[in-house]
Amino acid sequence: MTLFEVMDILNARLLVGRKLLSTEVKTAFSADLLSDVLAYARPGSVLLTGLTNPQVVRTASVLDIAAIILVRGKIPPAETLRLAEELGVPMMATHYILFESSGRLYSRGMVGCIKKVGNDEIMAL
Amino acid sequence: MSLICEESYPVRGGDFKDAGKVAVQIKATLKKLGLDPEILRRAAIAAYESEVNIISYARLGKIHLQVDPEKILMDVEDEGPGIEDIEMAMRPGYSTASDLIRELGFGAGMGLVNIKHCADEFEITSRVDQGTKLRILIHVPDG
Repeated sequence: MTLFEVMDILNARLLVGRKLLSTEVKTAFSADLLSDVLAYARPGSVLLTGLTNPQVVRTASVLDIAAIILVRGKIPPAETLRLAEELGVPMMATHYILFESSGRLYSRGMVGCIKKVGNDEIMAL
Repeated sequence: MSLICEESYPVRGGDFKDAGKVAVQIKATLKKLGLDPEILRRAAIAAYESEVNIISYARLGKIHLQVDPEKILMDVEDEGPGIEDIEMAMRPGYSTASDLIRELGFGAGMGLVNIKHCADEFEITSRVDQGTKLRILIHVPDG
Protein backbone atom coordinates (compact mmCIF):
# COMPACT_ATOMS: atom_id res chain seq x y z
CA MET A 1 0.00 0.00 0.00
CA THR A 2 1.06 3.63 -0.38
CA LEU A 3 1.62 6.09 2.45
CA PHE A 4 -1.49 7.84 1.18
CA GLU A 5 -3.51 4.67 1.83
CA VAL A 6 -1.89 4.33 5.27
CA MET A 7 -3.10 7.84 6.07
CA ASP A 8 -6.57 6.94 4.92
CA ILE A 9 -6.73 3.67 6.91
CA LEU A 10 -5.56 5.38 10.11
CA ASN A 11 -7.54 8.55 9.55
CA ALA A 12 -4.19 10.24 10.06
CA ARG A 13 -3.13 13.83 9.67
CA LEU A 14 -0.06 14.47 7.55
CA LEU A 15 2.62 16.47 9.35
CA VAL A 16 5.62 16.20 7.03
CA GLY A 17 6.28 14.75 3.57
CA ARG A 18 3.45 15.52 1.16
CA LYS A 19 5.73 14.78 -1.80
CA LEU A 20 6.44 11.24 -0.60
CA LEU A 21 2.86 10.01 -0.16
CA SER A 22 3.07 7.73 -3.20
CA THR A 23 5.88 5.71 -1.54
CA GLU A 24 4.97 1.99 -1.40
CA VAL A 25 5.19 0.36 2.01
CA LYS A 26 4.72 -3.31 2.85
CA THR A 27 6.14 -3.75 6.34
CA ALA A 28 5.97 -2.06 9.73
CA PHE A 29 7.56 -1.97 13.16
CA SER A 30 5.70 -0.73 16.25
CA ALA A 31 7.55 0.25 19.42
CA ASP A 32 8.06 2.92 22.03
CA LEU A 33 11.63 1.80 22.68
CA LEU A 34 14.19 3.30 20.32
CA SER A 35 16.74 0.72 21.44
CA ASP A 36 14.49 -1.98 19.99
CA VAL A 37 13.74 0.04 16.87
CA LEU A 38 17.49 0.35 16.22
CA ALA A 39 17.94 -3.36 16.80
CA TYR A 40 15.05 -4.75 14.78
CA ALA A 41 13.40 -2.30 12.34
CA ARG A 42 14.12 -2.92 8.67
CA PRO A 43 14.64 -0.34 5.90
CA GLY A 44 11.56 0.75 3.96
CA SER A 45 9.20 -0.05 6.85
CA VAL A 46 6.85 2.38 8.55
CA LEU A 47 7.49 3.04 12.23
CA LEU A 48 4.50 3.29 14.56
CA THR A 49 5.34 4.92 17.87
CA GLY A 50 4.16 7.16 20.67
CA LEU A 51 7.56 8.87 21.00
CA THR A 52 7.70 12.41 19.64
CA ASN A 53 11.25 13.53 20.46
CA PRO A 54 13.82 14.44 17.78
CA GLN A 55 15.60 11.12 18.42
CA VAL A 56 12.69 9.32 16.72
CA VAL A 57 13.42 11.23 13.53
CA ARG A 58 17.18 10.63 13.74
CA THR A 59 16.54 6.93 14.36
CA ALA A 60 14.17 6.72 11.40
CA SER A 61 16.65 8.53 9.17
CA VAL A 62 19.55 6.30 10.16
CA LEU A 63 17.43 3.19 9.51
CA ASP A 64 15.92 4.35 6.18
CA ILE A 65 12.41 4.16 7.64
CA ALA A 66 9.75 5.10 5.04
CA ALA A 67 7.54 7.09 7.45
CA ILE A 68 6.86 7.75 11.12
CA ILE A 69 3.30 7.26 12.33
CA LEU A 70 2.67 8.93 15.68
CA VAL A 71 -0.09 7.16 17.57
CA ARG A 72 -2.38 8.03 20.51
CA GLY A 73 -2.97 11.57 19.25
CA LYS A 74 0.52 12.76 20.14
CA ILE A 75 1.54 16.18 18.91
CA PRO A 76 5.28 16.45 18.27
CA PRO A 77 7.33 19.49 19.35
CA ALA A 78 8.30 21.98 16.63
CA GLU A 79 11.91 20.80 16.79
CA THR A 80 10.86 17.27 15.82
CA LEU A 81 8.86 18.55 12.85
CA ARG A 82 11.74 20.75 11.70
CA LEU A 83 14.13 17.83 11.84
CA ALA A 84 11.73 15.56 9.91
CA GLU A 85 11.55 18.22 7.18
CA GLU A 86 15.32 18.61 7.16
CA LEU A 87 16.06 14.88 6.99
CA GLY A 88 13.17 14.14 4.61
CA VAL A 89 11.30 11.70 6.85
CA PRO A 90 7.51 11.69 6.28
CA MET A 91 5.48 11.93 9.47
CA MET A 92 1.78 11.53 10.21
CA ALA A 93 -0.35 11.48 13.35
CA THR A 94 -3.34 9.33 14.25
CA HIS A 95 -5.62 9.24 17.27
CA TYR A 96 -5.78 5.44 17.25
CA ILE A 97 -3.73 3.65 19.92
CA LEU A 98 -0.68 1.62 18.92
CA PHE A 99 -2.51 -1.72 19.02
CA GLU A 100 -5.44 -0.48 16.98
CA SER A 101 -3.21 1.29 14.42
CA SER A 102 -1.09 -1.82 13.94
CA GLY A 103 -4.17 -4.03 13.67
CA ARG A 104 -5.86 -1.82 11.11
CA LEU A 105 -2.79 -1.84 8.89
CA TYR A 106 -2.26 -5.58 9.36
CA SER A 107 -5.84 -6.38 8.37
CA ARG A 108 -5.26 -4.48 5.13
CA GLY A 109 -2.18 -6.52 4.24
CA MET A 110 0.75 -4.84 5.96
CA VAL A 111 3.02 -7.22 7.92
CA GLY A 112 5.73 -6.91 10.55
CA CYS A 113 9.23 -6.18 9.19
CA ILE A 114 10.33 -9.23 11.17
CA LYS A 115 7.92 -11.81 12.57
CA LYS A 116 9.60 -12.49 15.86
CA VAL A 117 12.90 -12.28 17.59
CA GLY A 118 13.89 -15.91 17.57
CA ASN A 119 16.39 -17.79 19.65
CA ASP A 120 18.54 -18.04 16.55
CA GLU A 121 18.83 -14.31 16.27
CA ILE A 122 19.65 -13.89 19.93
CA MET A 123 22.23 -16.65 19.69
CA ALA A 124 23.74 -15.05 16.59
CA LEU A 125 24.20 -11.72 18.35
CA MET B 1 45.26 0.69 2.21
CA SER B 2 44.86 4.40 1.58
CA LEU B 3 42.21 6.24 3.51
CA ILE B 4 39.37 7.83 1.62
CA CYS B 5 37.89 9.44 4.67
CA GLU B 6 39.00 10.22 8.21
CA GLU B 7 36.98 12.27 10.63
CA SER B 8 36.58 12.65 14.35
CA TYR B 9 33.26 13.47 16.01
CA PRO B 10 33.25 14.72 19.60
CA VAL B 11 30.34 13.66 21.81
CA ARG B 12 29.50 15.35 25.11
CA GLY B 13 28.27 13.30 28.05
CA GLY B 14 24.81 14.30 29.24
CA ASP B 15 23.92 15.99 25.95
CA PHE B 16 20.62 14.12 25.59
CA LYS B 17 18.97 16.74 23.41
CA ASP B 18 21.45 16.20 20.60
CA ALA B 19 21.55 12.39 20.82
CA GLY B 20 21.68 10.96 17.31
CA LYS B 21 23.18 14.04 15.67
CA VAL B 22 26.59 12.48 15.18
CA ALA B 23 25.09 9.26 13.80
CA VAL B 24 23.14 11.27 11.22
CA GLN B 25 26.34 13.15 10.28
CA ILE B 26 28.31 9.92 9.97
CA LYS B 27 25.63 8.42 7.77
CA ALA B 28 25.66 11.50 5.52
CA THR B 29 29.47 11.33 5.27
CA LEU B 30 29.38 7.63 4.33
CA LYS B 31 26.55 8.18 1.88
CA LYS B 32 28.68 10.72 -0.02
CA LEU B 33 31.31 8.01 -0.47
CA GLY B 34 28.76 5.99 -2.40
CA LEU B 35 28.78 2.97 -0.08
CA ASP B 36 26.18 0.20 -0.26
CA PRO B 37 23.02 1.29 1.66
CA GLU B 38 23.00 -1.78 3.93
CA ILE B 39 26.66 -1.23 4.86
CA LEU B 40 26.15 2.41 5.72
CA ARG B 41 22.99 1.55 7.62
CA ARG B 42 24.92 -0.88 9.81
CA ALA B 43 27.67 1.69 10.39
CA ALA B 44 25.13 4.39 11.25
CA ILE B 45 23.30 2.12 13.72
CA ALA B 46 26.57 1.24 15.44
CA ALA B 47 27.48 4.94 15.54
CA TYR B 48 24.07 5.84 17.00
CA GLU B 49 24.32 3.26 19.77
CA SER B 50 27.90 4.33 20.56
CA GLU B 51 26.88 7.98 20.66
CA VAL B 52 23.97 7.26 23.01
CA ASN B 53 26.29 5.25 25.26
CA ILE B 54 28.75 8.15 25.58
CA ILE B 55 25.95 10.65 26.24
CA SER B 56 24.33 8.35 28.77
CA TYR B 57 27.30 7.22 30.79
CA ALA B 58 30.50 9.17 30.09
CA ARG B 59 31.77 12.70 30.67
CA LEU B 60 32.95 13.07 27.12
CA GLY B 61 34.09 11.00 24.23
CA LYS B 62 34.57 10.79 20.50
CA ILE B 63 33.91 8.62 17.51
CA HIS B 64 36.87 8.42 15.17
CA LEU B 65 35.83 7.30 11.70
CA GLN B 66 38.22 5.92 9.11
CA VAL B 67 37.17 4.58 5.74
CA ASP B 68 39.33 2.89 3.14
CA PRO B 69 38.22 0.88 0.10
CA GLU B 70 38.04 -2.31 2.16
CA LYS B 71 36.53 -1.28 5.46
CA ILE B 72 34.81 1.19 7.73
CA LEU B 73 36.54 1.50 11.09
CA MET B 74 35.05 3.35 14.03
CA ASP B 75 37.11 3.83 17.18
CA VAL B 76 34.90 4.99 20.01
CA GLU B 77 36.59 6.32 23.14
CA ASP B 78 35.18 7.87 26.24
CA GLU B 79 36.28 9.24 29.56
CA GLY B 80 33.88 7.96 32.14
CA PRO B 81 33.11 5.35 34.75
CA GLY B 82 34.07 2.41 32.55
CA ILE B 83 32.34 -0.97 32.66
CA GLU B 84 33.03 -3.28 35.57
CA ASP B 85 31.59 -6.44 34.08
CA ILE B 86 31.77 -6.42 30.28
CA GLU B 87 30.25 -9.87 29.96
CA MET B 88 27.20 -8.66 31.86
CA ALA B 89 27.01 -5.44 29.80
CA MET B 90 26.94 -7.51 26.59
CA ARG B 91 23.84 -9.42 27.72
CA PRO B 92 20.66 -8.43 25.84
CA GLY B 93 18.41 -6.57 28.24
CA TYR B 94 21.06 -5.77 30.85
CA SER B 95 21.11 -2.02 31.53
CA THR B 96 22.23 0.49 34.13
CA ALA B 97 20.49 3.39 32.35
CA SER B 98 19.01 6.33 34.24
CA ASP B 99 15.41 7.51 33.92
CA LEU B 100 16.60 10.39 31.71
CA ILE B 101 17.93 7.95 29.15
CA ARG B 102 14.82 5.80 29.34
CA GLU B 103 12.58 8.82 28.80
CA LEU B 104 14.27 9.33 25.44
CA GLY B 105 13.41 5.76 24.50
CA PHE B 106 16.86 4.30 25.06
CA GLY B 107 18.43 2.28 27.84
CA ALA B 108 16.79 -1.04 27.04
CA GLY B 109 20.07 -2.89 27.36
CA MET B 110 20.46 -3.54 23.65
CA GLY B 111 23.18 -1.04 22.77
CA LEU B 112 26.40 -3.05 22.92
CA VAL B 113 24.62 -6.16 21.64
CA ASN B 114 23.32 -4.24 18.66
CA ILE B 115 26.74 -2.70 17.94
CA LYS B 116 28.30 -6.16 17.93
CA HIS B 117 25.51 -7.40 15.67
CA CYS B 118 26.18 -4.59 13.16
CA ALA B 119 29.95 -5.09 13.14
CA ASP B 120 32.03 -7.69 11.33
CA GLU B 121 34.67 -7.31 14.01
CA PHE B 122 34.06 -5.85 17.44
CA GLU B 123 36.38 -5.22 20.35
CA ILE B 124 35.58 -3.68 23.69
CA THR B 125 38.02 -2.72 26.42
CA SER B 126 37.21 -0.82 29.55
CA ARG B 127 38.92 0.49 32.65
CA VAL B 128 36.85 1.28 35.69
CA ASP B 129 36.94 5.03 36.54
CA GLN B 130 38.80 5.77 33.30
CA GLY B 131 36.69 4.92 30.30
CA THR B 132 35.64 2.53 27.59
CA LYS B 133 36.96 1.90 24.09
CA LEU B 134 35.14 0.23 21.25
CA ARG B 135 36.62 -0.82 17.94
CA ILE B 136 33.95 -1.40 15.31
CA LEU B 137 34.98 -2.74 11.94
CA ILE B 138 32.68 -3.26 8.98
CA HIS B 139 33.98 -4.81 5.76
CA VAL B 140 33.09 -3.12 2.50
CA PRO B 141 32.26 -5.83 -0.06
CA ASP B 142 34.24 -5.81 -3.32
CA GLY B 143 36.53 -3.23 -1.81
